[in-house]
Amino acid sequence: MLSGDLGPGIAKAMEIQLAIGEAFGAERMVEITRAHEAFYASESCTWFLELFADLNARCRVPTTCNPIFDDSYFDRMGKPIPKEDVFYARRTREARKKIGIIPNECCTPYLQDNVPAKGEIIAFSESNATCYANSICGARSHRESANSALAAAVTGRVPLYGLLLKENRAGDILIKIDANLKDDFDYHLLGYTLGKEVGADIPIFTEMSSCPPSPEELISLGAELATSGTISMYHIVGLTPEAPDVETALNGKAPKKRMTVTESMLRKTQTAMSCESGEIDFVMFGCPHYTLNQIRDAARLLEGKKISKDVDLWILTSAATKECAEHAGYLQVINKAGGHIISATCSDQICWERLYRGKVGITDSPKAAYYNFPRGIKFVLRRRRECIQAALKGGW
Amino acid sequence: MYSGCFEGGLVMGDPKRISFKCHRIAGGFGKGDVLISQDHICFYQTNPDTGMVIEQNHALEGQSIANKVLIFPGGKGSTVVQGEGLFQLIKKGNAPKAMIIKSPDTVLVTCAVVWKIPLVDQVDEEFYGKVCDNRYIEVDADKGLITLTDNTL
Repeated sequence: MLSGDLGPGIAKAMEIQLAIGEAFGAERMVEITRAHEAFYASESCTWFLELFADLNARCRVPTTCNPIFDDSYFDRMGKPIPKEDVFYARRTREARKKIGIIPNECCTPYLQDNVPAKGEIIAFSESNATCYANSICGARSHRESANSALAAAVTGRVPLYGLLLKENRAGDILIKIDANLKDDFDYHLLGYTLGKEVGADIPIFTEMSSCPPSPEELISLGAELATSGTISMYHIVGLTPEAPDVETALNGKAPKKRMTVTESMLRKTQTAMSCESGEIDFVMFGCPHYTLNQIRDAARLLEGKKISKDVDLWILTSAATKECAEHAGYLQVINKAGGHIISATCSDQICWERLYRGKVGITDSPKAAYYNFPRGIKFVLRRRRECIQAALKGGW
Repeated sequence: MYSGCFEGGLVMGDPKRISFKCHRIAGGFGKGDVLISQDHICFYQTNPDTGMVIEQNHALEGQSIANKVLIFPGGKGSTVVQGEGLFQLIKKGNAPKAMIIKSPDTVLVTCAVVWKIPLVDQVDEEFYGKVCDNRYIEVDADKGLITLTDNTL
C-alpha cells in the first residue's frame, strides 16, 4: 500500500496511518469494517478531501459523514447564507462524492446508516459517534479525527493500539447517580458535568436509575462526556455489552476512584451554562441529531399552537428521519406551528453565526451551547418542553 | 526504554552542540529558535497573519509561534478546528518549523505528516532541563535527533 502499488491515494493515507501507528506504539495494522468522517465547510477540510479526491482515492469500506449545513433550505426560508460560506460546503460535498463517501450527513450514523455490531473494528470520528459505537454497540474505535478517519476509510485499516485492545477498554472510575434522571435533558447535564471531572478516564455507572435509559438518553450522555471531557467510552453495569457486572467492567482492576453525581451538581451545570436573558431569538434542537421519538415529542408539544413570530425553532436531524417525520405527519404539525425540521445540518456551523451572532438561543443541549459560544451566540439551557414553551411565549 | 541524552551527551568535536535522541512521528528537518509552552496548544486560537497566540490565559498568549521550534505538551481542541488553525498558519507562512511534544494525538500527527512539519516526541527529561526559550535548535526527525546549540558560550 505504502509503495503506491494500489495507487497514490492509498499510499498517502497509509503514510499518515504509519505515523499515527508509530506515535502510539502500534505493532501492526488491522482491517476495519466501516468508517465515519466529520469534515465540515472550511478551507482545510476542503483541502484535505480534495487531496484524496485528486489522488483518485476511494473508500474501501462503507463510510458515512457528518452534516455541514443545508444552504438551500436557508435560501428557501428567506435566510440566505453568504456565498463564501456556501463555497466550502459545496466543495466538501463534491470531494466526498468523488471519494465515494455516503452522503448521509448525520452525526448519529450508528442508528441507521452505519451501524456496527459488537466487536467490529471501525474508524469513527465525531466524538458522540465514537462514544456510542464503543459504549453501546460494543464496537472498537479510536477517537479518530476527521482526517485520520478518512485515511482509514481509504486503506480499510487502522493501527492497532488504545481502545482497540481489550485491556484498554476497562473502566477506571465508579460513578453512582444520586439524582432523578427524568429525560434526555438530565442525561445531557449528567454527561457534561461528569466529562469535566473524569477527563480521559472511562467511567462505569454502577446504578443509573430505576428504568434502563432510552437510546436518546444514551446518545445525550455520550455526546456530553465527549464534549466537556475526551471520553470515548463508558460502561453501564447490566446494560452495555462489556459490563455484565462491575468486576468485568473493571477488567479485574481496582477502581481509580469513586464518584457520586447529585441533583445539585446537574443544576449547577445548567445554571453555569445558561445566560440570564429572558428574551430568546431561536430554539435549537438536535445536537446530536434528533431521533424520530424526540421529533414526535416536539410535535406533540407544538400541536395546534403557534410559535412566537419573533422566535425561530429549528430541529436538526438526518434526511431519513425527516422523511419519516413527514410520513408520520410530525413535520406538518411542526411546520404549521411555525417550526423547521432541517436535515444535513450541524449545530456547530458558520450558518448559525451568520443568522444569530449576538442573539440568544434556547436549547436542551450543552454541547450546542458550548460550541456556539465562540460564535457570539448565547444560550439558555432548558428541557425540551420548557424550550417549546419559551418558543410559544417568546421568552421564558 | 528511551535512553534520552545521546551517548556521551555532547556530539564529538563541538562542545557547543548537544544532541538528544527523540522519536520521529512526522519526518523532516526543521531549525530555529525555541519557544516553550507549558499548555497544550489549539492552533485555531492563533492569529494566522502574525502567528500570535490569542487564547485567553494561555501560557503563550500574546507571543508569536511563527517559524519557531515549538516545544509543548500536545495538541488540544475538537477534531477539525485544530487542522484548520494549522492550515491557515502554513498558508500565511507562520507555522512552526518543527514541533516537540510529550503526548501525541491523531489530529496533530495527521496534520504534521500531511503538511510536512517535523514532529517528534519521547525526548529525555534531561533535554527539558537544558532547553529554554530563544535557544537555537535543530530537529532532525528522520534521524531521531535534536541538537541544541549553546549560543551562550
